[in-house]
Amino acid sequence: MRMDTDQLIRALAADNTHRPRTVGFVLMLALLAAAPVSLLIFFAELGVRPDVMTAIHNPFFDLKFAVTIALAISAIAVSLHLSRPEASLRGFGWWLLVPAGLLAAGISGEMMMPQRVPMMTRLVGSNSKICMTAVPAMALPLLAGALIGLRHGAPSRPAVAGAIAGLLSSGLAAAVYAAHCTDDSPLFVATWYTLAAALMAAIGALAGSRMLRF
Amino acid sequence: MREREDEWTDLMRSAISGDGAAYHRLLKAVTPVLRAAARRGLARAGQPVDQSEDIVQDILLAVHLKRHTWDANAPFAPWLFAIARNKLIDALRRRGKRVFVNIDDFAETLPGEAAEQTASAGEVAAQLQMLPARQREVLQSIAVENASIKDTAAKYSMSEGAVRVALHRGLASLTAKLRE
Repeated sequence: MRMDTDQLIRALAADNTHRPRTVGFVLMLALLAAAPVSLLIFFAELGVRPDVMTAIHNPFFDLKFAVTIALAISAIAVSLHLSRPEASLRGFGWWLLVPAGLLAAGISGEMMMPQRVPMMTRLVGSNSKICMTAVPAMALPLLAGALIGLRHGAPSRPAVAGAIAGLLSSGLAAAVYAAHCTDDSPLFVATWYTLAAALMAAIGALAGSRMLRF
Repeated sequence: MREREDEWTDLMRSAISGDGAAYHRLLKAVTPVLRAAARRGLARAGQPVDQSEDIVQDILLAVHLKRHTWDANAPFAPWLFAIARNKLIDALRRRGKRVFVNIDDFAETLPGEAAEQTASAGEVAAQLQMLPARQREVLQSIAVENASIKDTAAKYSMSEGAVRVALHRGLASLTAKLRE
């Protein structure tokens, strides 16, 4: 049996009645499917910190959510942009500066306030080990979901798209983890959350370079 | 050149809103340009150009299955050439060549050259044999025998919906098999 190109085109044209879903829709579905797994890890192993009702009045506690959710949203926007084959990071990468800017503002805000605890102690904190294991553990299912969703797209740079998916997953995971962690200093967030996000970006890049090729 | 690309964009917009005839015309119009570019890419990599038809079919399948990633407000040609460039690089890599495809191969300054099909493609046809019987029959009926979806449904006592599903699944798994 042969299939010359005109014949293939005929089959493709006949299939035009099939209306594919957008990448954004498929990505949302995949993330929603993965979220319960991450939440299960959170509630089974960590849970919300006991003093949460007083903590929410601390602007640095709230800042952790602002930074991590900003990271997740900007990474979603960038990854959807990159799912188009002709797209590049140029003109879109600045989205990722939003969470970094929030964090920088938080650090300088904290610097201007009188502190009882020395800077290095705030940076090292008391939860760095838990942070470095819990955030990647909760991020992994979300990364898997994000990659499955983004497979519906057509990124020309699959490793870059995978790295952004890693940032996306760590942003979401860290936003949940922040409710457990008692270290609220932006210095702690800038150090350990960033390390966890970098780790997920590296895993995402590796997985993306295989999974996201089309 | 500009006119041609504007025409492509218009055709693709009609296609997205459900005009199958416009879609058919668009695919027919871009194919000779893709073929010329594939030949140029192969020649530059020192590969026999008679493999170009496999690459052309690979590109067309990707265009079809990824057409929802095209932004209807953007011109069509840059999107098309980005897909084509990816597929050409893939094809050359699979042949063990570490090459960098020159962006100019697909740039907007692409000369008006258009190549007719001379060599035949083998990869898609070979993978076709591996499909489940139902998908293969439907594809063969519509592509090779030029039957409509309605006639195909009657011939195999299927509903038209089932023919559409088999056609789409067949094209999707064909593409998946080509990537292996």
